[in-house]
Amino acid sequence: MDAIQTQAGAAVADAMQVVMVGLGSEIFALEAGLVREIIDPVPTTKVAGARAFLPSLINVRGNVVPLADIRVRFGMPHRPETADTRIVVIDIEIDGDPVTVGIIADKVYEVTEISRAQTQQTPRLGMHWKPEFVHFITKWNDEFVIVPNMEQILN
Amino acid sequence: MELDPTETFRQEAAELLDSLELALLDLSQTPQDRELIDTAFRALHTIKGSGAMFGFEQVAAFTHDFETAFDLIRKGEIEANRDIVSVALAAKDYIRALIEDPSSTDAIIGEAILDDLKRFVSVPDAPGAASSAAPAAGVATNQTGWRIGIAYEPDILRNGTNPLALLDDLRALGPCAVLANLDNVPELDALDPETCLVTWDVLLTSDCGVDAIEDVFMFVRDEMKLTIEPVLADGGLLEEALPPEAIVMAPPAAAAVAPKAAPAPEPVTEKVEFNRRAEDKTSTVRVQAERLDELMDRVGELVIAQARLSQLAHSGSDIAIKAIAEEIERLASGLRDSTMGVRMVPMGSLFGRFRRLVHDLSRDLAKPVEFVTVGEDTELDKTMIERLADPLVHLIRNAIDHGIEGPEQRAGTAKDATGRIELAARYVGAQVLVTVTDDGAGLDAARIRAKAEEQGLLAPGAAMSDQDIYQFLFHPGFSTAKTISTLSGRGVGMDVVKRTIESLRGSIELSTRPGNGTTVTLRLPLTLAIIEGLLTRVGDGRYIIPLSAVEECVELTAADDARARGRNFLNVRGDLVPFLRLRDLFDAEGEADQHQKIIITSKGDTRIGLVVDQIIGSHQTVIKSLSKLHADVTMFSGATILGDGSAALILDVAQLVTLGQAKAESEKPAEAA
Repeated sequence: MDAIQTQAGAAVADAMQVVMVGLGSEIFALEAGLVREIIDPVPTTKVAGARAFLPSLINVRGNVVPLADIRVRFGMPHRPETADTRIVVIDIEIDGDPVTVGIIADKVYEVTEISRAQTQQTPRLGMHWKPEFVHFITKWNDEFVIVPNMEQILN
Repeated sequence: MELDPTETFRQEAAELLDSLELALLDLSQTPQDRELIDTAFRALHTIKGSGAMFGFEQVAAFTHDFETAFDLIRKGEIEANRDIVSVALAAKDYIRALIEDPSSTDAIIGEAILDDLKRFVSVPDAPGAASSAAPAAGVATNQTGWRIGIAYEPDILRNGTNPLALLDDLRALGPCAVLANLDNVPELDALDPETCLVTWDVLLTSDCGVDAIEDVFMFVRDEMKLTIEPVLADGGLLEEALPPEAIVMAPPAAAAVAPKAAPAPEPVTEKVEFNRRAEDKTSTVRVQAERLDELMDRVGELVIAQARLSQLAHSGSDIAIKAIAEEIERLASGLRDSTMGVRMVPMGSLFGRFRRLVHDLSRDLAKPVEFVTVGEDTELDKTMIERLADPLVHLIRNAIDHGIEGPEQRAGTAKDATGRIELAARYVGAQVLVTVTDDGAGLDAARIRAKAEEQGLLAPGAAMSDQDIYQFLFHPGFSTAKTISTLSGRGVGMDVVKRTIESLRGSIELSTRPGNGTTVTLRLPLTLAIIEGLLTRVGDGRYIIPLSAVEECVELTAADDARARGRNFLNVRGDLVPFLRLRDLFDAEGEADQHQKIIITSKGDTRIGLVVDQIIGSHQTVIKSLSKLHADVTMFSGATILGDGSAALILDVAQLVTLGQAKAESEKPAEAA
């Protein structure tokens, strides 16, 4: 199945605009088309009874937007806020409805292009993440970067 | 933004069809009401006219025939009755189908409806009836032309209309004799050259239909008075039509068509008057709902920004800024109120839809029902009205199907053979109460109980008040109907109704008087967008409690607190009220305040206290719904943005009450033990 996805990906476009985001010790490549804006950390409001990876709400330009900590989904340890911490606001579609969500990023590197041609097959083993969270893994500056499937991660 | 004219026609037609339906339904009760007949006729006429204009030929043709038949009622030759109304309603539905999805309709259906209509409206003992229904095109057989009276509004010239060009258009239909009437034109020095005070009488010799003439004036109809009367071959009107001094501009042939026969007092077969403008003195503007929503969003943001400004101004010492902040606060709240007012729609627009439903149900179920509506002018937010439609359909269906007994059963009681359903709306404080009342048999607690036991919802023999037993009706999949009819008995309905009402931040209550009927009461907030809230602090988080749910605030004294350690009940003036510590519920960090407060909230008859650290004050709360990602969060109904720009959650009191009740229940046996 992965092979089919890779093939299809290569057929559509080789290059892909992404935002490089550091989460824990990993680098994630978020499709640039999803990203609405990147903002500095703002006061958050805790939501009691919500799932652990959606712990709070923030105000983004007058709209109440959930703040997601996807490090929780990847089993990464909690890290305190640093000077590099940013919130990446993305627009995704969940079950056909548009949803805006903020994502805590330990660091935002740059907007760049990655090539789908260098796509590595998502290894079945050696990864403690749910395979459906990862679209594919590719290489950037000789480092492995993860292209996450945000819809799956947030749903 | 370009508006699709066809879409505009569809919208307009939908509204006209609604008013037609209402008029028809009223007509079945008061068949002689001229105004209703005229309303129905006008609606038909406009649909026909604009239908033709926007290329809905089928609609125009069908409506024309409908109109022709209906015209007999208008002229008083026959009286409207239930049969005619039923067929007319079917015809109305057919027009709607033609407009919405012409491919789904079949011309045969239309013809059948027209045949029915013609059959009902034919006058049995008048020999002329057949011929008066026959001239479908509106042209009598012995007719030679039309006499047309044209009187424009005086300011017609300012709109760029050229009255003479319209006369030329008339000439294109056939030879014309035109007489200008200058009676209203003042002396030269008093004359305003920009007004049109001249009226015209035109004698048109043509076999064209009345439609062709109307079409000439299509774009100025609202700004003129147009009378069209047929001229008959045997003289009739023609003789008196034009006085001798008439300025005859038509070729001499015009005279030939008017033989000098004795004027016979022939009844005028068609006389169409257009004077729609006189009816609405208050002018209205049609606005798209999305634009209103956008406006409401903007006002919401303004209210938030204003709250931030006020906070800032009050924390400083600049008097000038404080004054401006107060001024803006006043303006913003005024703007908020009027914007909300714009979104308010009278309930009557909703109630009207149900009359058809009741009419059809009462016929299908053979239960004569009188449908009474009260408080149609009670206004409610437009979005809310739209979402109320389905729940009310369920409730009314239930009332007719389950509530009202069959005629035989009713005969055995002192009640009138005709059942009665009342749909009422009224304001109570910041809420609107909508009630559906029937005068049927009432709820049968024993039967509901039996059913609940059968479904395993209730232990057999368990003690339970009737009121609690009725609550089983809201249980998903619960139905006591013995047979499944097309209308009810499938067990979907009441739970959906309850959920819809709760999603509107409302509540639903049932009350019944055995043998005398059932009342379902819906309590609804006036608007969905902005509420008055009580801003409170729990730990370091701030929460909004809707003020409409708050009954009172009391202090949780140290003594109470200590006593309450073991049990979470509070004695409020002799009543035992369970309470929830929001600190525990929300996992608040830090130490609890020394003087915690209890906010007593209520939902229906049940009350519950919510313990908070501090009551900050009342707060204009612009409700922002929670993201879909937080759909699993139950304790909060939404969020808002506070003066300092941070987000705060709005408590869902209904959910907390349920939670508190469940907790209280679980503690009770422990206490008893």
